[in-house]
Amino acid sequence: MYAQMVKSEGKTDRAEMSPEERAFQDRIDANEKIEPKDWMPDGYRKTLIRQIGQHAHSEIVGQLPEGNWITRAPTLERKQILLAKVQDEAGHGLYLYCAAETLGVSRDELFEKLHSGAMKYSSIFNYPTLTWADMGAVGWLVDGAAIMNQVPLQRTSYGPYARAMVRICKEESFHQRQGYAVMMRMAFGTPEQKEMAQDALNRFWYPSLMMFGPSDKDSVHSAQSMAWRIKMNTNDELRQKFVDETVPQAEYLGLTVPDETLKWNEERGHYDFAEPDWEEFFEVLKGNGPCNDERLAARRKAWDDGEWFREGLSAYADKAAARRAASDLAAE
Amino acid sequence: MTDRKEWPLWEIFIRGQHGLNHRHVGSLHAPDAEMAIRNARDVYTRRKEGVSIWVVKSSDIAASSPSEKGPMFDPAESKVYRHPTFFDIPDEVGHM
Repeated sequence: MYAQMVKSEGKTDRAEMSPEERAFQDRIDANEKIEPKDWMPDGYRKTLIRQIGQHAHSEIVGQLPEGNWITRAPTLERKQILLAKVQDEAGHGLYLYCAAETLGVSRDELFEKLHSGAMKYSSIFNYPTLTWADMGAVGWLVDGAAIMNQVPLQRTSYGPYARAMVRICKEESFHQRQGYAVMMRMAFGTPEQKEMAQDALNRFWYPSLMMFGPSDKDSVHSAQSMAWRIKMNTNDELRQKFVDETVPQAEYLGLTVPDETLKWNEERGHYDFAEPDWEEFFEVLKGNGPCNDERLAARRKAWDDGEWFREGLSAYADKAAARRAASDLAAE
Repeated sequence: MTDRKEWPLWEIFIRGQHGLNHRHVGSLHAPDAEMAIRNARDVYTRRKEGVSIWVVKSSDIAASSPSEKGPMFDPAESKVYRHPTFFDIPDEVGHM
């Protein structure tokens, strides 16, 4: 889940709603899509800008931990695959920024808020990628966790967001499968390779569980977002689903999930598992994770270093337009 | 940087491989039409989704207003005779 702890503003009590708000909620309850020019409550608009913006930032910042390994991929084929995957993430960021922009925020405003720290991106990308096995763990676990959330969001109430999600989900399954393929190669390789795979799982397990956000009982904004259908499942539901699907995949690899309490619960039909360290989660969100400074510095540098290029292309476009206008005039 | 204007937004239309109409797939920012087409290739056709790209500046699109949705589209609702299924053709006539 690339959007965590998104603050939601609005009313869930029908009695408090204005006639417009009630009609709006009725449209959502009837599964109608809300489109950019339709009337919408201010809170819906603001919450969505926050959520889609955070999601977009996560895709963009998410390129960094993997970009770290492009030049050091073990084979040319792996390098091509990783490049394609990282390029997809850039594309996903662009689809989502466009969706956010339909709500009346500009691209530059969104970037500015990312760079100043006013807007967040997912906590997961503040962890380092130390070995090649991490490329496997990121694809398998991080993209796997993201898919849990993104698949239901294809049915979200806001049209442009839902359509962006459809495109993203089509591509995301490649990401998870290429990650798992890396894990298989490592886990079935030499003892040293298997150890690297286990180490990657050890480091990424709990941060992946944190991606779903805190438990629903501590999540104050869930109810409103679910009424608006911009959040489709509770954090705990998705986390459970992720654990249930991932544990057998780890068993196939012959790797051990780093949780001694992990146990199949016959009665519930689910795995029981240990909660991640929420103190750590809140510290990472606050900016105190292992790579927060590095990630933001890399984004700011990319933006600043690209300024001459953006301006150059704008200047060229202006000049070409002026030339066209002049020749049109001459032809008249 | 503050006085620099943002690159304009372009709407992207792509024709898939099977000879259907160009279809709206999304939008992107680019300084001019030529760059919009190049960027659209990278953003929207990484998996052979198309054989042709159109780009249109978003600001050049005129759209019907959502508040007029009723008067615009409801009149078609009562004109069921515009559909072939309105007419019962006896079985003995055969396929029509």
